[in-house]
Amino acid sequence: MNDFSWDWEAAAEAFPELLRAFVEITLLLTVVGTIIAAVLGLIWALALRELPTPIAKVLAWVLDVIRMTPLPLQLFFVYYVFVELEVMTIAYIVLGVHYSTYMAESYRAGIDSIRKGQWEAATALSLPKSRTWRAVIIPQALRATLPSLGNWSIAMFKDTPFLIVIGVAEMVTQARRFGANEFTYVEAFTIAGLIFLAASYPTAVLMRRMEKKLAY
Amino acid sequence: MELLESLLDAWPQLWSGIQITLGLSLGGAALAFAVAVVLGLAAISEAAVLRGVSRVVVEFFRGTSLVVQLFWLFFVLPQFGLRMDSMLTGIIALGLNYGAYGAEVVRGSLNAVPKAQWEGTTALSMSWATKMRRIIWPQAWALMLPGLNNLMVMLVKGTALALLIFLHDLTFVVDNLRRTEGTYFAFGVGFALYYLISLGFSSILRALELRAQRKLGLKPTKAQTTKATAGAVA
Repeated sequence: MNDFSWDWEAAAEAFPELLRAFVEITLLLTVVGTIIAAVLGLIWALALRELPTPIAKVLAWVLDVIRMTPLPLQLFFVYYVFVELEVMTIAYIVLGVHYSTYMAESYRAGIDSIRKGQWEAATALSLPKSRTWRAVIIPQALRATLPSLGNWSIAMFKDTPFLIVIGVAEMVTQARRFGANEFTYVEAFTIAGLIFLAASYPTAVLMRRMEKKLAY
Repeated sequence: MELLESLLDAWPQLWSGIQITLGLSLGGAALAFAVAVVLGLAAISEAAVLRGVSRVVVEFFRGTSLVVQLFWLFFVLPQFGLRMDSMLTGIIALGLNYGAYGAEVVRGSLNAVPKAQWEGTTALSMSWATKMRRIIWPQAWALMLPGLNNLMVMLVKGTALALLIFLHDLTFVVDNLRRTEGTYFAFGVGFALYYLISLGFSSILRALELRAQRKLGLKPTKAQTTKATAGAVA
């Protein structure tokens, strides 16, 4: 058995490095990924409702395949097909597209929760379709959807370490590098875990509060 | 025909990858289910200590990210002198992480069983075991299956972490196959196989859901899996 002890010096050395990787890469990935996922998700949700049935069915199936296959496989695929892309760009796209399939479901649930009277009123006022969506349905649907989008964003955040497979230098990749160089895996991974916890727990609590507050 | 030949040639490799992926999925799911039920029941216990412990454990495993937990088990535990084989490490990481998510689904479903049902069992002075087995669990079970279904699909995707601890799972095999058979063939097969595996598990859980609803005399509901877990996985 090896000698084991927590080395405060190594921890003090690892912490700023990991925090920097966290802010510069992990958070950036989460923010950009979330924006892409939120926009694409809404587009999917609208397309699923507005496109002619056969095309909508194909789209729904494609989204299912993306939702049901692993991130690392999708990362590798995009990495080899679009060799000219930078790894960060690949990361944004794959995270964004992957989670857009979940967010589309959230939007759909939000849209389904709009009462029929709202649609009927829009028809009675002979609002054009685009204006009905923009001014009546989406603003109300968003209210029911936001906490759920937030939850998927947190889930995406916790999936960012999978980007290690294409060599994105996010926090956990850095922790492994640091741990291997200095033989201080304990400190590096413990700190990485605590940083994750410190960021995701308060956000998750906030989402739960928002969910209660925004519920009809 | 050429495609079929390539597929037949690649099959032994693919099959060995599928076995690792399925092993991790089944082992991870079994452990996750046990963890979810224990933590979920503890979360609604009358003893504040149990509730507290359950809360802390659940929030810890939900909050620290699967890959970090995996690396902790894989790189740090050996420093304590505890060496586990990669497969077991993967199963434990998946089981604890998805078990914590599952505990939220179990807790939510138990809480969603109408209060009158709980009160009824008290009025009949049923023992805890009878109350759970005969009254509460069957109703909660029907409610929790959509959530467990989505978590199962996420767990199958999570098995790709095998790559990070040097297991030759389906993702590894596909990446290898790419070198000899080309990107599109290898990944086409990879996506199809993962989709079929996920769909298989999902269909089984959906069938269990319909059966649970039938046993309760409920009308079957539409499949709604992802909505059921957005809160649990955050």
